[in-house]
Amino acid sequence: MPNLNDILITLPEFYLVAAACVLLLADAFLPAAKRVWIHWLSILVLVVAAYLVVKGQPAGSVTAFNGSFIRDGVAEILKVFALLSTILVFIYARPYLIDRKLFVGEFYTLTIFAVIGVMLLVSAGSLVMVYLGLELLTLSSYALVALNRDSKLSSEAAIKYFVLGALASGMLLYGMSMVYGATGTLDLVQLHQAIPQSTMPHLLVFGLIFMIIGIAFKLGAAPFHMWIPDVYQGAPTAVTAFIGSAPKLAAFGMAFRLLETGMGDYSQHWQLMLAVLAVLSLAIGNLVAIVQTNLKRLLAYSTISHMGYLLLGLVNAGPEGYSAAMFYAVSYALMSTAAFGVIIALSRAGFECEEIDDFKGLNQRSPWMAFLMMLALFSLAGVPPMFGFFAKLLVLQAAIHAGMMWLAIVGAVFAIIGLYYYLHVVKVMYFDKPVEGTEVRLQSDFTLRLALSLNALVLLALGLYWGPLLSWCKQAFVG
Amino acid sequence: MITLSHYIVLGAILFCISVAGLFINRKNVIVLLMAIELMLLAVNINFVAFSRFNHDVAGQVFVFFILTVAAAESAIGLAILVLLFRNRSTVNVAEIDSMKG
Repeated sequence: MPNLNDILITLPEFYLVAAACVLLLADAFLPAAKRVWIHWLSILVLVVAAYLVVKGQPAGSVTAFNGSFIRDGVAEILKVFALLSTILVFIYARPYLIDRKLFVGEFYTLTIFAVIGVMLLVSAGSLVMVYLGLELLTLSSYALVALNRDSKLSSEAAIKYFVLGALASGMLLYGMSMVYGATGTLDLVQLHQAIPQSTMPHLLVFGLIFMIIGIAFKLGAAPFHMWIPDVYQGAPTAVTAFIGSAPKLAAFGMAFRLLETGMGDYSQHWQLMLAVLAVLSLAIGNLVAIVQTNLKRLLAYSTISHMGYLLLGLVNAGPEGYSAAMFYAVSYALMSTAAFGVIIALSRAGFECEEIDDFKGLNQRSPWMAFLMMLALFSLAGVPPMFGFFAKLLVLQAAIHAGMMWLAIVGAVFAIIGLYYYLHVVKVMYFDKPVEGTEVRLQSDFTLRLALSLNALVLLALGLYWGPLLSWCKQAFVG
Repeated sequence: MITLSHYIVLGAILFCISVAGLFINRKNVIVLLMAIELMLLAVNINFVAFSRFNHDVAGQVFVFFILTVAAAESAIGLAILVLLFRNRSTVNVAEIDSMKG
């Protein structure tokens, strides 16, 4: 039976559900002139949720609701950064949405529901919870992508995302049913114990393959990456910024829960599968990004390659690899919010600053924005001393320690190839002449500029001073 | 005598039909939605069969969750479909191709 203790353990999630419902009601009853309160209330709600996550964090790992909810260090870090990146996205999104007459309460409630999905997913202790958290996240995301109801591109992106996302959920569920059949339990911890005694190891491996396909879809790892470029390009940029941040943390959390908490003993089976996915993602992501002319699409392909690096960490299948992969997921979430934040800051109603040509000569028009974009791009490319460099270094190290030297070499080679298209954008910003007849007008919103500057400078600061975050990540996987 | 493997094979056949429906179909988005539903139902057959033969109710509880989520999923899918039709006046899969590369 659920008791008060269970509720206390899951307090941040319960609180967020209640707060999201209150926001929904407030949005319905607020007069139009005061609608903007929803924005500040949502940020407050997320800040309080982050406080509850950190404040109520127990030492070690505790479970609630008969083991279907796990609250441990891994979940804490992922939740804190998911909430943090969502706060940044909210700050960037407000001027963007107001400009395009998209400022509706649904954006905030749907995003908060998606964040609840993220939080349930990274805390999942049973297959049911994995599925429910995942669906809460993806169903909210489908609706968010279609937020701009009059845009042809948005609706096309939404239907593609929906069909492929549903296919991925189906694959994942099919794998889960096989694993359930082979072990007779849905609980991940019991599953871990039941695996050695299973009388049907073939069924188990069969289910594992389908679950990995589902995970790869959700991460956006090649060859299951088809939805990423279209969704990134077609969705409103504010929504793209969200999809590029918190859900990546969730996908890492899901992979960790299913593969380590559930199927940890089968790591010799899934290590090689993940290695293949990693190589394909690195190759397809980095090579196809070179020919892109649309910056949002370029960042989408760069996401695919970054998921390849994240998989390099998971391939290690030990505490070192998991902490490196989590460090990578956190760094990627912060880098991609900064990059999309700059795109939002340079866009205005009727003009999406998303073609690479739009960035020509940005340095002459707005040196500060060009500098922030340069920080974000250098960090994504992995140029020292940026945050992204150390994240890449750690995952490559993890791959080497897993005895996969070849994989680390592939990763390093593609990091150099990837450098080309990031530096190309930097070159366009600093050395090309601005296109005549166009002008870049900056968003004048003060909070956006402040948050964006902080976000990009944090990438530099964490690159110089990354020890505490890394030891926090390492701590989570000890014991 | 119907054994566990009969159910698994039935589930596998339905799953394959639905995946084939998703990939082969080039005509209509509504068929895609039907294929997705079929996929979830194939999974449900697996869960119920395993639950019955493992003597464990949890699998059947999972089926209820899947059914509920599937209902929400098709509601969102149909909503997006209506949106798509309003914007492009077509639900033909082959014509949904304005983004490429």
